[in-house]
Amino acid sequence: MKSAHSRPLDLMNGHVDLSHGAGGRAMAQLIEDLFARELGNEFLAQGDDGARLPACAGALVMATDAHVVSPLFFPGGDIGCLSVHGTINDVAVMGARPLYLAASFVLEEGLPLADLARIVSSMAAAAREAGVPVVTGDTKVVERGKADGVFITTTGVGVCLDGVDVSGANARPGDAVLISGPLGDHGMAIMSVRENLAFDAPIVSDTAALHGIVAALLAAVPDTRVLRDPTRGGLAATLNEIAHQSGVGIVLDEAAIPVRPAVAAACELLGLDPLDIANEGRLIVVCPASSADRALAALRAHPLGRDAARIGDVIADDRHFVQMKTRFGGRRMVDWLAGDALPRIC
Amino acid sequence: MKYIDDFRDGELACALGAAIHAEVRPEREYRLMEFCGGHTHAISRYGIADLLPPQLRLIHGPGCPVCVLPIGRIDQAIRLALEHRAILCSYGDTLRVPASDKLSLLRAKGRGADVRMVYSPLDALQVARANPGREVVFLAIGFETTTPPTAVAVKQAQAEGLRNFSLLCNHVLTPAAMHAILAAPGGVQLDGFVGPAHVSTVIGSAPYEPFARDYRKPVVIAGFEPLDVMRAIQMLIRQINDGRAEVENEFTRAVTPEGNLKAQALVAEVFELRNDFEWRGLGTVPASALKLRAEFTAFDAEARFGVPYAAVPDHKACECAAILRGEKRPEECRIFGTACTPDNPVGSCMVSSEGACAAHYTYGRFREAAPVTTTTSA
Ligand code: SF4
Repeated sequence: MKSAHSRPLDLMNGHVDLSHGAGGRAMAQLIEDLFARELGNEFLAQGDDGARLPACAGALVMATDAHVVSPLFFPGGDIGCLSVHGTINDVAVMGARPLYLAASFVLEEGLPLADLARIVSSMAAAAREAGVPVVTGDTKVVERGKADGVFITTTGVGVCLDGVDVSGANARPGDAVLISGPLGDHGMAIMSVRENLAFDAPIVSDTAALHGIVAALLAAVPDTRVLRDPTRGGLAATLNEIAHQSGVGIVLDEAAIPVRPAVAAACELLGLDPLDIANEGRLIVVCPASSADRALAALRAHPLGRDAARIGDVIADDRHFVQMKTRFGGRRMVDWLAGDALPRIC
Repeated sequence: MKYIDDFRDGELACALGAAIHAEVRPEREYRLMEFCGGHTHAISRYGIADLLPPQLRLIHGPGCPVCVLPIGRIDQAIRLALEHRAILCSYGDTLRVPASDKLSLLRAKGRGADVRMVYSPLDALQVARANPGREVVFLAIGFETTTPPTAVAVKQAQAEGLRNFSLLCNHVLTPAAMHAILAAPGGVQLDGFVGPAHVSTVIGSAPYEPFARDYRKPVVIAGFEPLDVMRAIQMLIRQINDGRAEVENEFTRAVTPEGNLKAQALVAEVFELRNDFEWRGLGTVPASALKLRAEFTAFDAEARFGVPYAAVPDHKACECAAILRGEKRPEECRIFGTACTPDNPVGSCMVSSEGACAAHYTYGRFREAAPVTTTTSA
């Protein structure tokens, strides 16, 4: 097809301006030359305001997530792949197979087109790798100063896996609590950039799509009770949510919780607790104690779960406290973090 | 990293705990005050109380800079930001301390005040450089540890001729607060102090001698790692059992008798003693805080904007004052955990993670109810 635009999009040196969101030719060009080219698939190619999707059998799951991370690029990823992984994971931890994504962009006037191109191509690569296409989207541009580079909201649709019933309300006393890998990588990757912390080996975000490891786990342990990805607020916040939703208590064993030495050191330096730090590629699993070994084996057999560990147990506690046996030999609570110590992390 | 873990070793802690159990005399109580919020935090976070015998009572002291700041001081900062339209910079926790009129600096921000969180006074200087047309005030708080960096910032501002930078100075002194606690009539009964870590790296161990000599209270300076705290407790118990009252130093890897002379000289160059200063909990304590020397008055926000300090009573139900004096425990406040939580603090002790109420809420409150039966395999 011959382009209707006289000049090609200057992806090397150009910047986003208000015309890119104005509905005119510049916007059409941005969509055609960047979004459609990178993300292209049969649904996007329909060229309509929405996507017509084939019927599918089973209950649907839908999830949405806004991404406002700063900086836009960080060790191990960027806002593009993060926005794909984040929503895929929200669908996956419902016990569903993610099928499609929708993406909407708020661009700040002045954003280098080269940055936008990098972000969109990272998004496309993540969607391709996950096998979950972006089937529809939207772009708006706001004046300089009204946003921070780019905000991306993604919405995902998936279909529930057969015979699976996972929910944050399903944990029962006696269940085991597992985690698929070391905690705090994503949050500390971002903080180490923001705070200019230099480490011999940089801390790299764990951002990843979890639907593969979820499927492997559910195949091995169909009676899994709870799946969650501990994003904002980290393990501490997510376990407190589960404890409240299920009306139980949880006791963790600090010595069993995997944390990379560099992450622990960075947390120490900044006065943070790795349990409060965001993850973007970790899975919390609650399953009956009798299935714990099988669950652990299934997690460890997957590339994203090599360092999986059993970290605690669900107990009866009508106060719904999350407690921890410290490595030091004492006990303490693991509470929600008060306030927002770590803004703009995802 | 290795270094940190060495001081947290669980097996060592258990052994030390067993040794302490063996050394305490069963018939007596040991009432030890950990002065610093840093110690309060470490004790709660690592569950140190679980490793100690029941005869040992740890009493939280007033060494939490955010906690001891009275409401009137925050009010001054809010007035500077709201009425004088200054850019008000301070540390994160300070912004959440409840003040008069249901305000805090953070809430004032919601009303249009330009309030910025900084990690150091030098960040505030940077804000001043970047906003030459605006007044920038740094709300300086803290004990002897945070004073030298503030002094550096003031000298730097003077050297650069930064005329839009000033300081709302609330730097306070540790020994003066310890005196106030021991001298208070009918105050808390103590058998000894776990002495400050970082503060002592600056002031040294010598300033604690009067507590041993005049008040007959042993002081053991301890690092902030949990094993440091336990070793210091053991050293205190030995002194008490022997009938000794000495200043001992567990934190020899960082603290010397004379402290950091360079830092002390820097502070003395920029600051001088205030006649008195009102503390939350301790009331008005003579010679317990610092103000800028006359040569630096140009950088003194109180003088520059004419916002004098006015005392404001604490919230009626809040027991922060008694807690800061070591006379009450957080759980004895009737709004602890109900009206007052870290997300919605009523008093200052619920704000900073070093505050006694916040530490107890975040790490310790499971202890209050009957112990939970666990099915844990760990
Ligand atoms: S619980 Fe709140 S109101 Fe009560 S003493 Fe502590 S800080 Fe003050």
